[in-house]
Amino acid sequence: MIQTRNQMALLIDAIGLTKTFGGIRAVDDVSITVSSGEVVGFLGPNGAGKTTTMRMLTGFLHPTAGSVRLGGVDIDEDPIAARRHFGYLPEGAPAYPDMTVREYLNFIAAARGIAGTERRAAIDTVAARVHLRGVMAQTIETLSKGFKRRVGIAQAILHDPKVLIMDEPTDGLDPNQKHEVRQLIREMGKTKAIVLSTHILEEVEAVCTRAVVITAGRVVFDGTPSEFEARAPASVTRHRMDHVFRELTAAAAEVSA
Amino acid sequence: MSAPRPFVVVASRELRSYFATPLAGVFLVVFIFLAGIFSFSLGGLYERGQADLRPFFQFAPWLFLFLAPAVSMRLWAEERRLGTVEILTTLPLPLWQVVLGKFLAAWGFCVLALVATVPLWVTVSWLGDPDHGAIIAGYAAAAMLSGVYLAIGSVISAFTKNQVIAFVVTAVACFLSLLCGYPVVLDFFKGWLPDGVADAIAGVSILTHYQSMMRGVIELRDAIYFVSAIVALVTATAITIDWRKAA
Ligand SMILES: Nc1ncnc2c1ncn2[C@@H]1O[C@H](COP(=O)(O)OP(=O)(O)OP(=O)(O)O)[C@@H](O)[C@H]1O
Ligand SMILES: [Mg+2]
Repeated sequence: MIQTRNQMALLIDAIGLTKTFGGIRAVDDVSITVSSGEVVGFLGPNGAGKTTTMRMLTGFLHPTAGSVRLGGVDIDEDPIAARRHFGYLPEGAPAYPDMTVREYLNFIAAARGIAGTERRAAIDTVAARVHLRGVMAQTIETLSKGFKRRVGIAQAILHDPKVLIMDEPTDGLDPNQKHEVRQLIREMGKTKAIVLSTHILEEVEAVCTRAVVITAGRVVFDGTPSEFEARAPASVTRHRMDHVFRELTAAAAEVSA
Repeated sequence: MSAPRPFVVVASRELRSYFATPLAGVFLVVFIFLAGIFSFSLGGLYERGQADLRPFFQFAPWLFLFLAPAVSMRLWAEERRLGTVEILTTLPLPLWQVVLGKFLAAWGFCVLALVATVPLWVTVSWLGDPDHGAIIAGYAAAAMLSGVYLAIGSVISAFTKNQVIAFVVTAVACFLSLLCGYPVVLDFFKGWLPDGVADAIAGVSILTHYQSMMRGVIELRDAIYFVSAIVALVTATAITIDWRKAA
């Protein structure tokens, strides 16, 4: 009984993910498990393999080795069922520039099989949640970077997924919006399994229940934000997380070099 | 009310995106204009003293040589450039339906261009007494031809982020497929290749099938050629997208 309950709560179960691009290992044996109620912050220097890992979690990239289960469904065995479980904000928040925000969200809803009054309700709800109401009739190409990012978040959460995978969700947002989006993620994190990547260490402290640090394709840390910070020696009094991040990523860079 | 099929959702978004800019309208106008010129001036409608659309259908493979690649170049190259391919292929839609939906939108646009030439049909009917059966066969042949061109373009567009490359390579590929149906070219091959090979080249040429269909005899052989070419090329597009989505 306990076993089944655990499996149900385990929404992301990725084992031994490896991806090589022309002989270069971008991601090397990464395993991640995320349960409902967890918000995992993915950290790592540029080119560490965060985006590549997230692309394998969503099935966009086929892993060279390893497997992914989302909501208990293997993404290779039943991709359509697995894809229903998650929402995804790809890196750079891509969207069709010539569509209005409303047209775009309508398309995403239609593609997800949400129709009629349910669709209108879902679109109104996300528009309110990420503050898009004022720009619904505007084409996406005319939006500022921050608003584009919000459109990306809106399409990811439109169907209220159990699993949320977001590549740099707060990149390009102003401080107020950062605050709002973090609050939204914290709130959604109570009932969902969320993985997000970020370069802002404070963000991990502010919204994540767990931090995973990846360098040169390998996981070098997996623990709570307080465990992360506790790695800094007592002598370091300021920017303790930056200190730990530097130590962790520098050590791995030496190993791989 | 049941939800629309995934390929319909994808196709309607795609088709609407063509009209987001005036470009699609410009293309249609140019197409109709050229169709008119080919039919009435270059085709020598008055000199021949025969009112029909034969010249138009004879020139159609050349007209589509610029229209089809211009439509198909966006199909996947644009999705890649924008990064929206990452959204599109992680939505809970079967990939074959996504690929099919995009292809059908492109085909719908070319069929629309053909429909827009119906005034030519009306004109020749008014001027004389054309063989309407032959005209319908001509339209069917032109629609199938544009479908094959677009399916070729769909595969090529799946390989690149660059629309200009997609356009040029598609136009060249379609041109070659057209060229190897011309007697001059076939005779050249027959000179030094075994008969079987030369016949095979004629068999894969779109022109051979197009002309036979245009003549008004809708033969099973030609129908199978067009349908299987489209199915094979659309399938190849899906395989290509799945294989190198992120590249
Ligand atoms: N399609 C690809 N072909 C070849 N190499 C790739 C491809 N995609 C990613 N890489 C390489 O894989 C490595 C990991 O890249 P990735 O984008 O996952 O890093 P990241 O951690 O997301 O970095 P950033 O913080 O800059 O977003 C990099 O060295 C990158 O050059
Ligand atoms: Mg990245």
